[in-house]
Amino acid sequence: MNRPSLWEALRGVVRRDLLLAMRRRSDVAMSVFFLVIVASLFPLGVGPEPAVLKTIGAGVLWVAALLACLLSLGRVFTADYLDGVLEQMVLIAQPLPVLVVGKVFAHWIVSGLPVVLLSPLLGLQFGLNGEALGVLVLSLLLGTPTLSMIGAIGAALVLGVRGSGLLVALLVLPLYVPVLIFGAGAVTSSMAGIGGEANLSLLGACLVVSLFFSPWATAAALRIALE
Amino acid sequence: MNWSKYSAPLSFYPLAGKMVPWFSVLAALAIAVGLYIGLLVAPTDFQQGDSYRIIFVHVPAAWMSMFLYVVMAIWAGIGMGLKARLSFMMAQAIAPTGAMFTFLALLTGAMWGKPTWGAWWVWDARLTSELILLFQYAGVMLLRTSIDDLRRADRASGVLALVGVVNIPIIYFSVKWWNTLHQGASVSMTAAPKMATIMLTAMLLMTFGFWMYSIAVVLSRVRCVILERESQPAWGNPSAVSEVAEAR
Repeated sequence: MNRPSLWEALRGVVRRDLLLAMRRRSDVAMSVFFLVIVASLFPLGVGPEPAVLKTIGAGVLWVAALLACLLSLGRVFTADYLDGVLEQMVLIAQPLPVLVVGKVFAHWIVSGLPVVLLSPLLGLQFGLNGEALGVLVLSLLLGTPTLSMIGAIGAALVLGVRGSGLLVALLVLPLYVPVLIFGAGAVTSSMAGIGGEANLSLLGACLVVSLFFSPWATAAALRIALE
Repeated sequence: MNWSKYSAPLSFYPLAGKMVPWFSVLAALAIAVGLYIGLLVAPTDFQQGDSYRIIFVHVPAAWMSMFLYVVMAIWAGIGMGLKARLSFMMAQAIAPTGAMFTFLALLTGAMWGKPTWGAWWVWDARLTSELILLFQYAGVMLLRTSIDDLRRADRASGVLALVGVVNIPIIYFSVKWWNTLHQGASVSMTAAPKMATIMLTAMLLMTFGFWMYSIAVVLSRVRCVILERESQPAWGNPSAVSEVAEAR
């Protein structure tokens, strides 16, 4: 029996997870609607003054994206953990970090990409325009994969633990803070006229670092959860 | 002498018990002298008045909060690498002390900030990252307590502690990277300190005292952890432990 290559294994995992997500579209729709509702709550709570909304817009959208990602973290590993697929993934000859990358990538496509695509629309609600909207989309495009990467570590650590939904928030949110600061900072600084490049570069750096370390940490956490 | 003997919780228990009083005495002495010099001998600052004296607690506490986190992560790492139970117990024992120092640093910082900056709290880079450090300590402790299986609890919180080490350089260099309200370091390894010798003496004494305090507290806590975890009938109570240890 010939062993599939790394690339094939990665593609297989991504394909399978996307297929599973497509069979349960309501799950995907839920986190998107959550984002829209949270973002719409702020103008109702803070008041509809355009000047205020413009200043808080980037931060609110980033926090909403962060929470949407957090809520969907339970879906990355839990189902596979419960029906035993995860155990098979640990046992097969392919390196676990590579499979983790596949699962996280699929999670990002399902929960991160809709946020990125929807953000210009929500940005308009907050009176962001022109360049700021572009920077918002770009910052989310760079930031949401980092969120998924870091979140995967937390999701793997709390597998099968009681109260895992709340616990994963406590573990992961502190680690999300730099991404939030740089992401919202990119939009605010581009609105202030100093350009968002510095913050966007830092976001890119966060992405690279998390891409490098997170699969290993997640794989280690999965092994601990399954032993 | 065979040092690896003490990697067994059973033989470490009496050794820790012997070390605790020494470190406690050293801690009490250093903190008492440090506070005396800091509060009574050191001159009043010409700009900040007497309120600057809080740094004799604030700076050592902030150093300890970062340092203890790294030590905790190192113990967790050793535990995972060598599969040593005692290392995980040390990591578990360090966490509450580290969290306490983080809280102390934030609290004293707020008390200093009110008269000097005019605000209890500002969203400055260093303050925020120190607050995140407190959350990380909380996360590590909470993850440990919510997993029932001890082996898994140890290793899972170890992974989390190691991941969180990323934050330590961010806190340490935050005043350099982002030029925000919190002032830069007055004391560094590479340059002459930018403060009077007498103040530096008090601060270093306090730091030494906090170190000794941490060691004493961690050792006594690790003794409790050992008792809690290894409560086998043969040596479930402290007197039985020392008997076993003496018999060896």
